Amino acid sequence: MHTIRDAMIVFRDEVSASLRNRVGIAIGLVQPCVYLFLFGPLLTKALPSQGDNAWRMYIPGLLVQLALFTTAYAGFNLIPDMRSGYLERLRVTPASRLALLLGRVLRDLVLLTIQLLCILALGLAFGLRASLPGVLASAGYVLLLGISLASLSYMLALRLPLEYLFAPVLNGICLPLMLLSGILLPMTFAPGWLRGISDANPLRYAVDAMRDLFDGRFSTQPVAIGALVVMALAALSMRLSTRVFGQYNS
Amino acid sequence: MIQVRGLTKTFSSKKGNVTAVAGVDFEVGAGEIVGFLGPNGAGKTTTMRMLTTLLKPSGGSAVIAGHDLLRASGEVRRTIGYVSQTGGAKPAAIIRNDIVLQGRLHGMSKSEAHARADAVLAEFEIEDLAERTAATLSGGQRRRVDMALGLVHRPPVLFLDEPTANLDPQSRALVWSHIRRLREEHGTTVFISTHYLDEADNLCDRVLIIDRGRVVAEDTPEQLKAAIAHDTVQIDVADAVDRAVETLARVDGVHSVSADGNSLSLACDQADQNLSVLLRQLDLAEVRVESVRVVKPSLDDVFMAITHRGRTEATEHAHA
Repeated sequence: MHTIRDAMIVFRDEVSASLRNRVGIAIGLVQPCVYLFLFGPLLTKALPSQGDNAWRMYIPGLLVQLALFTTAYAGFNLIPDMRSGYLERLRVTPASRLALLLGRVLRDLVLLTIQLLCILALGLAFGLRASLPGVLASAGYVLLLGISLASLSYMLALRLPLEYLFAPVLNGICLPLMLLSGILLPMTFAPGWLRGISDANPLRYAVDAMRDLFDGRFSTQPVAIGALVVMALAALSMRLSTRVFGQYNS
Repeated sequence: MIQVRGLTKTFSSKKGNVTAVAGVDFEVGAGEIVGFLGPNGAGKTTTMRMLTTLLKPSGGSAVIAGHDLLRASGEVRRTIGYVSQTGGAKPAAIIRNDIVLQGRLHGMSKSEAHARADAVLAEFEIEDLAERTAATLSGGQRRRVDMALGLVHRPPVLFLDEPTANLDPQSRALVWSHIRRLREEHGTTVFISTHYLDEADNLCDRVLIIDRGRVVAEDTPEQLKAAIAHDTVQIDVADAVDRAVETLARVDGVHSVSADGNSLSLACDQADQNLSVLLRQLDLAEVRVESVRVVKPSLDDVFMAITHRGRTEATEHAHA
């Protein structure tokens, strides 16, 4: 109870801070649309045989990419708070350590949800036709990924010895994650060795599962595996990250 | 109020272990204002961070307001206020909201937190800043906001880490008067780390000096200064250096005189009061004075005198 109360307090504070940042909101809303406008048309031409199916294949990948680029970069928000001593100030209060993390992650999820709705609405306008329950279930996958990526990102920001390292390390992680997730093109196009590497990428399982869900196929193996992967990843990353949040840094 | 026993902190790195705090013992009584002095890297901040639950000690123990630092860190956090060197106000947050947040995380209800925010805003005379963001404040205003944040839950024990670093003299005096008032009105126990001897002088009942991770001296500021460091008077004379040295050495309160070319350096008590006597004696001895400078003892001087290494160097200097 104590944790939930504290998490909601931190969450509300973070949201009100984000709402004051108008530029941030504008960019957050425009960004997902950029993907659709600048890449979508190429895709429908590149894969003509698939027809309107191209959107059904592309949008699940786009949602995962959105989760990646919105929440994996959440750690950047933590850096000024670490530098100004704000985070330490909160850590000297009796607030639960999990709440300090959870409040922030919840804020990130709200932003992710809004962006997700933008993409789905625009996708619909562009000609996406997909199974509604499948889309809703996919949103669950994306949010779980968001929880994982945001908490890992906070953990990274807390753990790196120099804040200069955050951007390069993050890019170094995110780029291969994106390329090997099948976000842009399905990994079935990949040669064997590349597909082998991509087997280690949790995002791939989410994308595969969501593509099936968009098609309205619920009881497939990728859907089940994907669900396991995103749930396990979320639980693991929350756990690790809470430990780092609560830990005395040295 | 604070009992510290054998507190140590060792950081391990690839190049081996570095001991930042090598076994610190001290006590702070209820309602006492105690200064924690030391040069950079002496272990001040590390000790402070251990006592405020931010850093896990490698060894030793501490009890703060009856709560064991290691076994009841949650209780310790409830009991203490902490204002770090960097402050802790969120730069982009509206100050009132930030203070309310702090109160809420200390378990207050919404209305309670608002009432306490109003109270500390008034206490630190920053009501007019309440709707601004911390990023727009001057250094002195920021400090008062930081202290208001640290005191919103009325902690019986307050830890201040270099509260007046980089402040102008007026803001420093203001911060000092707020700290004194805390003790007078609420009996708050204050543990304050600082570089500045004058801060300890103005504020503290007692001073602990830490060097290389150990407490090397512990006394009232008056005792420490009297016992350890003298004022220094630097006099440049135009001629007759030998006669000047001889004359000055005879003046009461002068402990030593050394000369480097035409520059004389005197260690003496209460240089402000003695200056006219020194100059009159030089005048009587017909020594022409070109310039005079009084240097008050700084923490560095206390250190030079306190540590063994310092003592040797100082003696050499006096005999040069």
